[in-house]
Amino acid sequence: MSKNKSEYLISRKDNQYEVIIGLEVHAQVTSESKLFSTSSTKFGAEPNTQVSLVDAAFPGMLPVINEFCVKQAIKTGIGLNAKINKRSVFDRKNYFYADLPQGYQISQFKDPIVGEGNVILDMPEGQKKVGIERLHLEQDAGKSIHDLDPQNTFVDLNRSGVALMEIVSKPDLRSPEEVSVYIKKLRSIMRYLGTCDGNMQEGSLRADVNVSVRIKGSKDLGTRCEIKNVNSIKFMQMAIEYEANRQVDLIEEGNSIDQETRLFDTKKNETRSMRSKEDAHDYRYFPDPDLLPLEVSDEFINKLKSDIPELPDDKKTRFIDEFKLSPYEANILVSDIDTAKYFEEVVAKMGKNKDIKLAVNWIIGELFAILNSKNLEISKSPISAKNLAILINLIKNGTISGKIAKTVFELMMDGNKDPQKIVEEKGLKQQSDPRALEALIDKIINDNREKAVEYKQGKEKLFGFFVGQAMKASGGKANPQLINEILKKKL
Amino acid sequence: MSDITKQSLSELVKNIKNKKVSSEEITKEFVNRSEKSKELNAYITEDYSSALDKAKKFDQKPNLDLKLPGIPIAVKDLFCTKDIRTTAGSKILHNFVPTYESTVTQNIWNEGAILLGKLNCDEFAMGSSNETSFFGNAQNPIDKNLVPGGSSGGSASAVAGQLTPITIGTDTGGSIRQPASFTGTVGLKPTYGSCSRYGIVAFASSLDQAGPMAQNVKDCALLQEVISTYDPKDSTSINFKRNAYSKELTNNIKGKKIGIPKEYRVEGMPKEIEDLWQKGINYAKDCGAEIIDISLPHTSYALPTYYIVAPAEASSNLARYDGVKYGFRAKGENLIDMYEKTRSEGFGAEVQRRIMIGTYVLSSGYYDAYYLKAQKVRKLIKNDFDEAYKKVDAILTPSTPSAAFKIGEKKDDPVSMYLNDIFTVPVNLAGLPGISIPAGHDSKGYPLGLQIIGKAFDEQNILNIAYAMEEKIDFKNKITDWWIK
Repeated sequence: MSKNKSEYLISRKDNQYEVIIGLEVHAQVTSESKLFSTSSTKFGAEPNTQVSLVDAAFPGMLPVINEFCVKQAIKTGIGLNAKINKRSVFDRKNYFYADLPQGYQISQFKDPIVGEGNVILDMPEGQKKVGIERLHLEQDAGKSIHDLDPQNTFVDLNRSGVALMEIVSKPDLRSPEEVSVYIKKLRSIMRYLGTCDGNMQEGSLRADVNVSVRIKGSKDLGTRCEIKNVNSIKFMQMAIEYEANRQVDLIEEGNSIDQETRLFDTKKNETRSMRSKEDAHDYRYFPDPDLLPLEVSDEFINKLKSDIPELPDDKKTRFIDEFKLSPYEANILVSDIDTAKYFEEVVAKMGKNKDIKLAVNWIIGELFAILNSKNLEISKSPISAKNLAILINLIKNGTISGKIAKTVFELMMDGNKDPQKIVEEKGLKQQSDPRALEALIDKIINDNREKAVEYKQGKEKLFGFFVGQAMKASGGKANPQLINEILKKKL
Repeated sequence: MSDITKQSLSELVKNIKNKKVSSEEITKEFVNRSEKSKELNAYITEDYSSALDKAKKFDQKPNLDLKLPGIPIAVKDLFCTKDIRTTAGSKILHNFVPTYESTVTQNIWNEGAILLGKLNCDEFAMGSSNETSFFGNAQNPIDKNLVPGGSSGGSASAVAGQLTPITIGTDTGGSIRQPASFTGTVGLKPTYGSCSRYGIVAFASSLDQAGPMAQNVKDCALLQEVISTYDPKDSTSINFKRNAYSKELTNNIKGKKIGIPKEYRVEGMPKEIEDLWQKGINYAKDCGAEIIDISLPHTSYALPTYYIVAPAEASSNLARYDGVKYGFRAKGENLIDMYEKTRSEGFGAEVQRRIMIGTYVLSSGYYDAYYLKAQKVRKLIKNDFDEAYKKVDAILTPSTPSAAFKIGEKKDDPVSMYLNDIFTVPVNLAGLPGISIPAGHDSKGYPLGLQIIGKAFDEQNILNIAYAMEEKIDFKNKITDWWIK
């Protein structure tokens, strides 16, 4: 029995195993042009239309570092609370493949641009700090297309030379759930910074997952396997589940684990050996003589530091302090930069007499529901932050009831209509005139004399019937509080 | 003017500026002589007819303010030339036509020069005799079946044989200076970072430098002035103040301190070379220079260091020639088979040897013992020069340990071939400028050269020293036109 409810352990007979996970995340740098050439990085272009002579490795072509990508890497390093290395070196990683035109990838091996850092995860049982080993810049390869022709492989070099950040974590992760939270947090930080769009469908974020297992309580690390190039959080979790169980089974059967590189088959939900340690490539790393060591000054780094926006952790703390949100609510609102932006805009547009609690409930409740059902990002929300703020103010100042507000909300979705106008046009304004309501109630009591008598004789349940009748008669617009008061008086 | 091809670049420029001769006349003469000189095998690709067209066009609207107005020039086939086949002397690029121009050649065209053709060289500039070229060895105009040196062998042959008034070569371990020495011509390897490497087929990136080759020091200075520019397209190009080398050229070197490194008196050095060196020392003294004995203690490690660093870089630089994107492709059963056949058939023996050496020294388990150690030694070699330059302004050595040898003589003995570069290689490792000037003849009448090594970015100084010594030496190249029937 584990004392911690959410602890992820694999049980076999008398043994409990914990799972040790480290990730190498490949994040595409948000940049107009490639790491060492001026060609465009735009996604989805016709094959081989965004390829310069440098990207295709023509004779005599030379790489020239894109300063913007360097800045992006440093900003990301700052966001990961990491050490920025003032001197880093680009190395060549040599191997042959059809979609690697140079015959080597320019990467950083011994001296990466960013050193050790950390990321804070918000887990149900509290915060967890995950160590970052390093972040380095490297080129992406092209794409081999094997399924267009039975005989030939086609190569698309559009991606060749696109800048990637490889973010290597320490082996600090212990469960598929932590991996999910970690990836989401990394993605969140980079989206706040504008350094990676985190779009996993377009391959902007993918990871190599290192998995090993050990008897719980053991201090030694087991032999690890690396699962290459997994491109969704769900697949990462599935791959880890499968791989950890496979390793545990091997150990339980008295076998040892071979250090190897494996592939995750998403259709069969299993990992498969790709190559063993013996077959591992000898990449013959050496400093790229076409590039000088990359040197950045303190001024350069400090300038970037001063440009760093408020990041999710700080924003969360502020939301809790300033708006008295619960940590749970704050977490939801800060996890995605666009949600945070939306929330802050709603708050700003609500003006002086604002009900933040109400705003949070509406965003997390109604708004998220319709975004989910329509499968929309909040940045594409059919209801603008400004209009949602107006709607919430209408509830707050009693112009409409919460129930009517839901009707108005539905109507707002069609062309982001101003709720004020909807209320006026449809006459949805709450009826709060006591005299009019009294007249309305008098008529209802008159029409239902028998029930009124029964109520007086003690059948108190019938009060609800009269409230319902009154609301119905007012077309739902009557102020429910007033109705209650008048009914009590009159009955 | 029938003796046009015998004129130096400076004379040709003067005559064209004075309108004594047209670009077309000059170009015609060089084309004619080149056509009569096929036996030298100096050209890989000829571009004569378009050269004549360009010359005519130049004459219609001559811009005489340019530094190379209407001057026809053939260049080493390692420089990428737009729309003109560029082979690097290799089968693997035998059909490669670049869509772009190297910065160095572009600089020449910008000053009014006209491309005559592409000159023979060792395959990927790997060789000291031009015998590794896929297109056959070039001949030395000095004598039949004599190597012109390498790797810029075709370039040296073309300048010495007067097929082009000047040319550009590249020098990774001596590939400009050694062939200049073998052919009685002048060759300058500039400071690393002086001339852009953009568009030059790479051999060893940290050592490669383009440089001028000419019949005399003045022409060499003028060409250096044209080709040396800062280029943001080459990350190792250096933005320093470049002299107007030809304008600032002077033979006044009085009081210059010239160092004589004792370690260059290598074991088994022929007496002829030793005598030449002494002669050079005397000439330098005659010019008013002060001779100072110096020590470059790590000299003997230079050659082994070079033969680790250069092949290591080459093994990686040549990985792009895989049959996938351009150049020669052999048929294969699958990708790996295609790679193996393409590279086995596309590269010659010497290139394959160096790729093997380079791959080996970078392999895990060997990297520290070879590549890393070589880098450390390279630093020591550079430190030697830095120390020496606290005492002297330049260093004088022989260019090569012997005169040109016969074709085939050293072909099967790579180590003896590599020894050709013993005096030139340290200069590349240290990134310094060095110039070879003809200074005498051996017993067979073959030319011998002296090398003047300078401080980084101090091309002007070694050009001045070479200019002053050239005057005293008064070397006459013995060209008999033996190949013209």
